[in-house]
Amino acid sequence: MPWYEMPWRERTGIVGSLYDLSRWRWGEMLFWTLALMAILLFPHRYLILTEIAWLALFVLSLDLILGYAGIVSLGHAAFFGVGAYTAGLLALHHIIDEPVLALLVAGLAAMVLGFVTSFLVMRGADLTRLMVTLGIALLLRELANRFSDITGGFDGLQGIVMQPVLGLFEFDLFGKTSFIYCLVVLFLMFLLARRIVHSPFGLSLRAIRNNPLRAAAIGIPVNRRLTAIYTIAAFYAGLAGALSTQSTALASLDVFSFERSADLLLVLVIGGTGYLYGGLIGAVVFKLLQDVLATWTPQYWQFWIGLILVVLVLIGRERLHRWTRWGPERIKTILDARKSAAVAGEKTP
Amino acid sequence: MTTFLTILFDGVAYGMLLFVLACGLAVTLGLMNFVNLAHGAFAMAGGYVCAMLVNRYGLPFFAGLPMAFVVSAAIGFVLERLLYRHLYHRNHLDQVLFTVGLVFMSVAAVDYVMGSSQVFINLPQVLQGQIDLFGVGIGRYRLMIIVICGILTVLLQLTLARTRFGSQLRAAVDDPRAAVGLGINVPWVFALTFAFGSGLAGLGGALGAEILGLDPHFPLKFMIYFLIVVTVGGSSSITGPFLASLLLGIGDVAGKYYVPKLGAFVIYTMMIVILILRPNGLFGKTAVR
Repeated sequence: MPWYEMPWRERTGIVGSLYDLSRWRWGEMLFWTLALMAILLFPHRYLILTEIAWLALFVLSLDLILGYAGIVSLGHAAFFGVGAYTAGLLALHHIIDEPVLALLVAGLAAMVLGFVTSFLVMRGADLTRLMVTLGIALLLRELANRFSDITGGFDGLQGIVMQPVLGLFEFDLFGKTSFIYCLVVLFLMFLLARRIVHSPFGLSLRAIRNNPLRAAAIGIPVNRRLTAIYTIAAFYAGLAGALSTQSTALASLDVFSFERSADLLLVLVIGGTGYLYGGLIGAVVFKLLQDVLATWTPQYWQFWIGLILVVLVLIGRERLHRWTRWGPERIKTILDARKSAAVAGEKTP
Repeated sequence: MTTFLTILFDGVAYGMLLFVLACGLAVTLGLMNFVNLAHGAFAMAGGYVCAMLVNRYGLPFFAGLPMAFVVSAAIGFVLERLLYRHLYHRNHLDQVLFTVGLVFMSVAAVDYVMGSSQVFINLPQVLQGQIDLFGVGIGRYRLMIIVICGILTVLLQLTLARTRFGSQLRAAVDDPRAAVGLGINVPWVFALTFAFGSGLAGLGGALGAEILGLDPHFPLKFMIYFLIVVTVGGSSSITGPFLASLLLGIGDVAGKYYVPKLGAFVIYTMMIVILILRPNGLFGKTAVR
């Protein structure tokens, strides 16, 4: 009997904790309400909002493999790039004009690459993984550069004209449609990711991250699980890449760049690894930060990004996240104390 | 045949240059198991120091080279004492983030101070042009690189294998706790080694400015090459990275000459294939921890 058909009182132990984890909390509802309100609140900032949306999807993908499964990757841009170029080529040559269908195809293309390369990534320890993922991204960049008759080389794919989403919603000049489109895709994929990480499959991933040997000893097929999540993450990254192409009508070589993979790591650690909102919050903070820095020092903003990385590591990522949680938890304890004091006051007249 | 020999010669020069650039990383990454992606930044520092001294202050080129070594080593020493040593025991993700941050900072800082265009070092007349040796054209500059790097390699091997400091380093890497127990000042040994490796990278950066090109994006452009040398070479001895450098140098030069359309493709494919077949490197014996 699956857990959701069990009576309430029997949902104890692992089933109970899984159920507790997968329950929606008010903070989450608030987050998504705010995201939805952004459509009305910031009508002049649709461009950056769109970028935040696809970056959030991209970083969600990295969180799935790094935060949940513990695979360190320096070349996650490979899947982003494949998604971006696939969506661009499909639209440019009018193979699939409808954006949502093209999006899915682009995601699947990245997924195939993810599945194939996952076997390479499974071999060796951290260091080899770093090298292999980095190597694959560089390899793809080199390929895209060499086959410039298809990809446009350094100039990138130009002259992409996007057709309306589902044949109904035209892409407008202000980017309202593309933001709503990206947000909807992000939300749907987030729901899927949430389902994945709160399933027994997601739990087994965390077991593998914490200790692969023990995970194998209790009967988890380690490599098969890692292959599965790597493939899923590649699909997510491909979708993110496709969304970026579709919303900007442009795909260039820098989709594969090392800086993109490195920035992605920063985005994830700003928000925190191993919980889904970490990536989303990181994407918001990173884009706003980048926006401020880029208007302040257009040419040298990378210096400050680097400084943030260095300081973040030196302070310690865990310590930083403890601080950000300190505020809300403090309020909660005060409220709880008041409540219990009030209850105690009623009982002793 | 002569083209082949010229390519071989250029490849060997290129490979030896890569070895000098990367051997510091072979120690930090290979032996101390610290993922230092910022290694190229030290090389860049050396290159710019040499360029500035030679071009702006008129120092002779051969006096600029040791200065490049000294300044890079000093920067390496200070950074190791201040920052790096706190990260030896962190996980690889932290090390990657930290060193990537350093790379970004160095790229932007050099761009700010020195400008974004490529820098050339004024070479003395002696090093320009070619010598004709049995009908094979040999660049004087490359010949000098082979001589200098060859001497350095021999010295390095001797230092590691024969001197007291070499055995202290090997002991400190093998088992830091036991080494401390034997009275070896392990942090000091690590700091000196790190500084020395950074200095060699700086020297390589100065030597390589002519061949590799020197601009603010140097650390990012050549990061992958350094990593290839270390991971493919393995970490058991200095011979592994040396052979890997030669292989990489010759492969890269030959690949660019014979199949220019594929470019760096050959190198990346080679690296991935080697890592798949032998995850611990071509010449590695010890497992990567």
